[in-house]
Amino acid sequence: MTTQPLLRVIDLKKHFYIPTGLFGQKSIEVKAVDGVSFDLNAGETLGLVGESGCGKSTTGRTVLKLYRPTAGNVFFDNKDITSIPAEELNKLRTRIQMVFQDPYASLNPRHTVKTIISEPLVIHGLMKGTELDDRVKELMDLVGLNSSYMKRFPHEFSGGQRQRIMIARALSVNPDFVVCDEPISALDVSIQAQVVNLLQNLQERLGVAYLFIAHDLSMVKHISHRIAVMYLGKIVELAGRNQIFSNPLHPYTQSLTSAVPIPSPKLERKRQRIILKGEPPSPANPPKGCVFHPRCPIARDICRTDVPQIAEVQPGHFAACHFAGTPIQNA
Amino acid sequence: MFQTRARAALADKGDQDMTSILEGKNLVTKFHTVDGVVNAVNDVSFSLEDGETLAIVGESGSGKSVSMMSIMGLLPSPPAKVESGQALFNSKDGIVDLIKLPYETMSDIRGGQIGFVFQDPGTSLNPILTIGKQISETLTRHLGISGREAKDKAVSLLAEVGIPDPTLRYDAFPFQLSGGMRQRAMIAIAVACTPRIVIAAEPTTALDVTIQAQIVSLFKQLRAKMGVSTIWITHDLGLVAGLADRVLVMYAGQILETAPVDELYENPKHPYTVGLLGALPRLDTQESKRLVSIDGTPPDSTIPIHHCPFAWRCTHAFERCWNEKPALASVGEKHTVACFYAVEKG
Repeated sequence: MTTQPLLRVIDLKKHFYIPTGLFGQKSIEVKAVDGVSFDLNAGETLGLVGESGCGKSTTGRTVLKLYRPTAGNVFFDNKDITSIPAEELNKLRTRIQMVFQDPYASLNPRHTVKTIISEPLVIHGLMKGTELDDRVKELMDLVGLNSSYMKRFPHEFSGGQRQRIMIARALSVNPDFVVCDEPISALDVSIQAQVVNLLQNLQERLGVAYLFIAHDLSMVKHISHRIAVMYLGKIVELAGRNQIFSNPLHPYTQSLTSAVPIPSPKLERKRQRIILKGEPPSPANPPKGCVFHPRCPIARDICRTDVPQIAEVQPGHFAACHFAGTPIQNA
Repeated sequence: MFQTRARAALADKGDQDMTSILEGKNLVTKFHTVDGVVNAVNDVSFSLEDGETLAIVGESGSGKSVSMMSIMGLLPSPPAKVESGQALFNSKDGIVDLIKLPYETMSDIRGGQIGFVFQDPGTSLNPILTIGKQISETLTRHLGISGREAKDKAVSLLAEVGIPDPTLRYDAFPFQLSGGMRQRAMIAIAVACTPRIVIAAEPTTALDVTIQAQIVSLFKQLRAKMGVSTIWITHDLGLVAGLADRVLVMYAGQILETAPVDELYENPKHPYTVGLLGALPRLDTQESKRLVSIDGTPPDSTIPIHHCPFAWRCTHAFERCWNEKPALASVGEKHTVACFYAVEKG
């Protein structure tokens, strides 16, 4: 069976140009996203993980065309949203939504919760009057907010509640696809679990697909069906969530999974950590060949010259490494 | 070296013997703000044994950082005020109460006998001094060595904390270093004078996971080498598992549970600790059950609480929990918990 994926991203690139020099006449090219491809099926969660500056948020925003892609295509429901006219894209936007990281900065402090949640419905001219009121009430109930708080302002809510407001806003237009950009990293542990459970319950009820962007690997593993690991603008590995952790093929994934703390003192004492040397290089000046080679414990000559292409090493398990699957000896 | 008031602090304590290196007793800290009095630390007592790594775990606003800042006299006053309590420190010159020490003596101890590593290396280092200067400043201030000696020692400290090209980096300004490197520089400052205690407040929270692993491993090396006692303040229960000897769980300015690390993870008693552990996703399991979330939010700290602070969110709360405040009671070897349910019905 070959069902079409809901979202297909092909060789997506987003390069930024930062002016330098006295009058900004020269510019540095920063390859924030450099050739990213993935599929997302309806009702599925794809986790996108990586360290800060790896381009995971830029990928999320470029997929939504909040940034104009430098190159590549994004097919949503078989329509190439990188080339369709603006009007058609605006219609599609009712089906694509986003939840942002910072629940303090992404809600307008002068708008009431009702205005915030109903805004997408008003913009797209979908509802008004009592119908709109009822829909806002329904949405607030759905995300676990007391609907009598409709007239309140964002500052009257806690971080977790604000994140619920943001989720209600994203869901107001019944989207098929929501980009969640670090939706829980600003929250405390006990509140994180509330929001993650809410996202999972909503997916079960509404069949919405998520692109879940985060740096917390344990949480990404918990919520995702498949996981893509990014490093310096590229996807280095993509596989089902259990494969990524039980059988990581890329040396970066191997070190990343070994670095995540496990809340068990007994397991922690037994664990072998692969501690990487150095830090991620700047995307303005990426290394030649494989971008990971300066930190890679198994790098050889070919890694310094040839860029490894992402390939299906095992069924459904993709990796971009010349020596994918080679275990790292020196832990 | 001690001023008169310092002697007074010393005398207050008398010659009571003390096995631990630091002991907090009934600490109460409040912030007097225009919006009311914030009860940040409510009667906190703890001890730090020699050579031990103690983790203080709690969510934001639980008072974990404020309790340590109170001890170190690092809170701006006003609005903060340490209302009562003692912090007995087994210093080089005998047992002193840090809360009563005058400013000058306290600044001898800070950086000299007790080192600090803060969360955000971007804002805690002086942006207009080179990192080398900031390390050698600590050395000349506390050890009274010459500038030249201090520079040599600073360079070797930079090498020790794993900064490449230490001679070159001595002249680097904080903005020229990455977050991980800045945190290494801050650790170098904290351990420069071979302190007895290092207090690390969320030292890896701003860092990526591979860099966090580097910093934790550096900490473990330094601890093994110098035998320094460490207090590690964090919200990350995963990190604590591989790092601490003993854990102290804080909530709403109070200690809810203390236990040796293995005991806490295997046999948590307080419903809050149980909830926190259940809220963590695990990398070591294949199946993915729903996380156990704790409903509700922490209480407003401007309202004084005269019962169990967790009662609102607790599924086990019964009448007594709403009528009086539970004190820490022993439920096992070195394991104490402030919960009527755990002690009476658990």
